[in-house]
Amino acid sequence: MELMAHLADGFATSLTSLNLLIVVIGVTVGLFIGAMPGLGSVNGVAIILPITFIVPPSSAIILLAAIYYGAMYGGAISSILLGIPGASTAVATTFDGRPMAQKGQAGLALIAAACASFVGGTISVVLFTLFAAPLADVALAFGPAEEFALVLLAFTTFVGLGGDDVLKTLMMICLGLALSTVGLDLISGQPRLIFFDQPGFYSGISFLVLAIGVYGIGEILYTIETQKSAPSVTPAKLTFGELWYGVKELNKHWKTMSFGSILGFFVGMLPAAGATPAALMSYGIAKLMSKTPERFGKGTIEGVIAPETSNNAASTGSLLPMLTLGIPGSPTTALLLGGMVMWGLVPGPMLFIEQPDFVWGLISSLYTANVAAVLVNLALIPLFVWALRMPFTVLCSLVFILCIVGGFAPSQKMHDVWLILGFGVGGYLLRKADYPMAPLVLALVLGPLMEKSFRQTLISEQGNVLAFIERPLSGTFIAISVIFFLLPMLKHVNRWLGRKPSPAE
Amino acid sequence: MTYAITRRIASAALASAVLLAAAPLAAADWKPQKPVEMVIMAGQGGGADRLARLFQSIIQKENLSSMPILPVNKGGGSGAEALRYLKDKSGDDHVIMATLNSYYTTPLRTDIGVNIEEFTPLARMALDTFVLWVNADSDIQTLDDYVAAVKASGGSWKMGGTGTGQEDSLVTAMLETEFGIKVTYVPFKGGGDVAKNLVGGHIDSSVNNPSEALGFYQAGKLRPIAAFTPDRIDVFPDTPTMTELGHELVYWMQRSFVAPSGMSPEAVAYYTEMFEKLNATEEWKTYTQEKALMADFLTGDALQAYFLEERAKHGDLLGAMGEGS
Repeated sequence: MELMAHLADGFATSLTSLNLLIVVIGVTVGLFIGAMPGLGSVNGVAIILPITFIVPPSSAIILLAAIYYGAMYGGAISSILLGIPGASTAVATTFDGRPMAQKGQAGLALIAAACASFVGGTISVVLFTLFAAPLADVALAFGPAEEFALVLLAFTTFVGLGGDDVLKTLMMICLGLALSTVGLDLISGQPRLIFFDQPGFYSGISFLVLAIGVYGIGEILYTIETQKSAPSVTPAKLTFGELWYGVKELNKHWKTMSFGSILGFFVGMLPAAGATPAALMSYGIAKLMSKTPERFGKGTIEGVIAPETSNNAASTGSLLPMLTLGIPGSPTTALLLGGMVMWGLVPGPMLFIEQPDFVWGLISSLYTANVAAVLVNLALIPLFVWALRMPFTVLCSLVFILCIVGGFAPSQKMHDVWLILGFGVGGYLLRKADYPMAPLVLALVLGPLMEKSFRQTLISEQGNVLAFIERPLSGTFIAISVIFFLLPMLKHVNRWLGRKPSPAE
Repeated sequence: MTYAITRRIASAALASAVLLAAAPLAAADWKPQKPVEMVIMAGQGGGADRLARLFQSIIQKENLSSMPILPVNKGGGSGAEALRYLKDKSGDDHVIMATLNSYYTTPLRTDIGVNIEEFTPLARMALDTFVLWVNADSDIQTLDDYVAAVKASGGSWKMGGTGTGQEDSLVTAMLETEFGIKVTYVPFKGGGDVAKNLVGGHIDSSVNNPSEALGFYQAGKLRPIAAFTPDRIDVFPDTPTMTELGHELVYWMQRSFVAPSGMSPEAVAYYTEMFEKLNATEEWKTYTQEKALMADFLTGDALQAYFLEERAKHGDLLGAMGEGS
């Protein structure tokens, strides 16, 4: 019961009026930052970090955590409304969120995303509270071989469960992996694929540039062509009835939500993995377990719930290695870590013992941030839905400006803007040929991680490829990925076998 | 149009007249007119980034600059991206850059068309130290144990560190030459990652900076074997130095600030003074003590001489590793 005493102390900190105010401001700012394509929680935290000196450290970290949380909620908004994922964690949300918006259910999709995020975040914080310290050891057991196996698993859930056209999916993954090799090689330090000697390619191609290009600009071009005057989205009305319906719908999917939360928490907890593979795997598994898998990808509420519970759960999970090991699980937690160093805190195994006030203040503020984020988010949904009722000509130019500004802002290089325009045209052409965009974008995000851990393992095991199977954890992951990859094929074979006798009849 | 041009000429003439008349006094008068960009030669979250952001926060907190300092990470290509950027900012009074040793190693290893002699040195804030670490569960207690264990492994000993050609790999190469040993060098993305993998038992040793391994050391998970410093480090009083043990192995990571070529002398004076004040703050003193950094302040020509000397040294080191271009 020591735990409860600590948590109560924590709440005493986080429920002061100053800290409550800070949480509400933080989640609101975060929500808008996350909703803008191009600005993610990384930018939000980076911008706010220097301002945090005016408040005491415990309030400062609460502010940063609130922004982090708000941005995770906000990420779903542009995925659903515009079809542009604001962060790699929200890519899976576009699969069904966007079709829902096109059917006029934008409000319902946003409600589902907000509530699912709340459930995922809350389950994850509870797990965090109960098991933070012992779970740090699990994170330590994860070496390069396990990292590789986990990313492989994320890819196979995707290929095996997602694809309408497996060949096209595989081709897009390959293209994404090729793009991910641009820049400086981690192992040898040598530059690779520096096109036309442009210095901009030294830093590689960022997820944001590709996603804004293919989803943002590509979508604008595609929409202009297909529906010259009609709006790209059926205007949605939002009523209390819809809210009630949304909550009722959500109630049917407890299995998906609890599974997504637990999966998200564990994957997010592993250093270097983070919320992107978590959301992807959760979507894949939800489809696998669903009684109506054929509705996935066409705008089913379950397809929004699964990735949203999981990515929020993962964002909490990724705080764990940061606090207990000093290893950030995502770029944003890396910035939080920088903030903690600034306030004279030493993240690592001693933090829980030496700075209990700080740790438990932070944990309890995650509970309050979650509640604040879902309330603020629900209150703002009418505003977001209203934005969609703008005439297409206006909306289109606004989105275009958002795309260009969002692409320029993080790096402040025109190089990235030209790339966005290039990817936009390329993405538009590929879309016309019915190639899926998600595998391309996700391969770019997960590719470097996969390559790095693969090579690290081979170097340290003296080139022994069997090392991946010999280690128990990574062996298990690889076995599961093989099953996931083969399962849909078996289904095909099964169906084929089942149909075979029919001509004879 | 005409008006604008004449006005610009007039103000330029006025400015140069003022400059000529009051050059020695001007230093105190120049102030940044817009936010100052602080380019960081490394990605977000790493040791260099954390330190640069610490500097920024102290500057902000103690009001050492009249304009805000905006940190911008340009870590691509082991800092190649940042170096190229600084080259293109020639003559800009509102850009400074936080450097580490890749300031000299990167231009030596890859041809990026940058000559660091052209840049303007501002201030060296600190020298970071290196320590040889093993997992606290291992039987290795002394340097002799360590060398014996590496030899017994027959080349499969896993040494973790940052990217090949960067500081950790140079220190590893020095170890290999000195003791006639061979290790398998496994590169990771950052020092924190290396420390975590050492604790998790995925690698056998590391040469982390103290700040990267300190948390695990205090929790009793890592054991320091020897320090690559001339004198013992205060935080690890029981850890011998390589020099003490009879091996001339000393390596530092410099943490300095530079500016583009052609920055006006007034601006240089302003920033130098700003860093001087920063160097005297309590926060910085506490940090250097806790994190086992050597605050070794150096400016101007002396700093430039130091850079060039270090560049020559690293050229030799890289050449010996077969990494020079």
